[in-house]
Amino acid sequence: MDSADDPPTSTLALLFQSEFASEEQQNQGFIDWGWLADNFTEDVVPAFFQHIFLCFVSLGIALVIAVPLGILCARYRALYTPVTLITGFFYTIPSFAMFTLLIFIVGFSVGKTPAIIALVLYSLLVMVRNVVTGLDSVPPETKDAAKGMGLTDRQILFGVELPLALPVIVAGMRIAMVTVIGIAVIGAYIGAGGLGDLIFDGITRDFPTLWFTGAVLSTLLAIGADLVFVRIERMLSPWSRRARGAT
Amino acid sequence: MQEFLQVFQREDFIRNFIVHIEISVLAVLFGVLVAIPVAIAVNRSDSASTIAINIGNLGRAIPSLALLVLMFPFFGLGFDNALFAVTLLGIPPILINAVVGLRQVNPQTLDAAKGMGLSGRQILSGVQVPIAAPIIFAGIRTAAVQVVASVTLGTFVGAGGLGDYIVEGFQRNSTEIALAGALSVAFLALITEILFAGLERGFTPKGLRIAAKRGK
Repeated sequence: MDSADDPPTSTLALLFQSEFASEEQQNQGFIDWGWLADNFTEDVVPAFFQHIFLCFVSLGIALVIAVPLGILCARYRALYTPVTLITGFFYTIPSFAMFTLLIFIVGFSVGKTPAIIALVLYSLLVMVRNVVTGLDSVPPETKDAAKGMGLTDRQILFGVELPLALPVIVAGMRIAMVTVIGIAVIGAYIGAGGLGDLIFDGITRDFPTLWFTGAVLSTLLAIGADLVFVRIERMLSPWSRRARGAT
Repeated sequence: MQEFLQVFQREDFIRNFIVHIEISVLAVLFGVLVAIPVAIAVNRSDSASTIAINIGNLGRAIPSLALLVLMFPFFGLGFDNALFAVTLLGIPPILINAVVGLRQVNPQTLDAAKGMGLSGRQILSGVQVPIAAPIIFAGIRTAAVQVVASVTLGTFVGAGGLGDYIVEGFQRNSTEIALAGALSVAFLALITEILFAGLERGFTPKGLRIAAKRGK
């Protein structure tokens, strides 16, 4: 290592460098398949499900906040800009910094709670924006027709507008879910658990099998979630499929 | 408060700050150099554009920390690892927006340009790219903010950067050091966002701005 002209920037980097240097000297196999087979159900599977749990809870909470907020913003336009600015501000703060601020300034203790709060904050911008865009995309003629049929405002909202906006809302959930799965990996640093645990444990224990498993599984999970949401999006908009089939 | 301020006076702070910016700038630059030519290359073909967008979507899904550690075996620890991983992270948003931006140009506008006798290259550089510029810049902005955030994680692969102070704060249980790190990273991300929002506006052609105003 060229530590002579490029000194490590912190004690941490020093620690890592020496650790990995020793690993290179030992020159073991990169993946310890035996360990993986022995510990798969004990370590890997729970981390995987913990990760999914964390992301589902966060997305669920975000949905409960974003849908009413989005409906409000669509109705009262003046709200939309401030809501976008505030949620956009949260979205811009790097996740690692956000976790730090939640713990050291807001005073949460290390664990799942600050992680879930951060994940919810990250989802809000995309979700609110897509609820509003979805509601905006409903043609005014359709709303007029519903009104002409004698539906009340509430019936129009739940029976016409929201169902028509659903594909766009789901598109927002797709982006939010993928983002949240990625950021939850970092959440392991503040004790949120999940697949990030495998990565951080693997780094500190200098055990490539662990961090490699964590990195690959979290990648697969995010890509899998992306594909599942694409499917749902398509299922929810049968008319666009029919239109494509017709031409 | 004193410890907080001391962090900024530390000799390694300037170095980490510069490393953070250096990796970010290079990554966005490389990302643009890769993504824009690809977007232009697939511009003419529907299926190639769809493939590019799908690859972009898959790439966007990869968790940043996962990508950083997956580069270990190729680059080992340090600057190169972080730079390469973060560049890969920055490409998808730029690619997706550039492809979508170039293709959403009104076909009638393109026909008019063709009717005026412009060549394919002239249409691309004189019509398509300027009209797509705001969308392309929105992609670069997304990428840049994401890159600045991801470089923070470079500390876990020994690349330095401002993430070092967050980790140090956690390890020494020092609120002030952790905050010095977190706030400088947050500040950098916000500055990036504002800077690129300005660029986005600056690169919107005058005609489009007037059209947008009239539309209201």
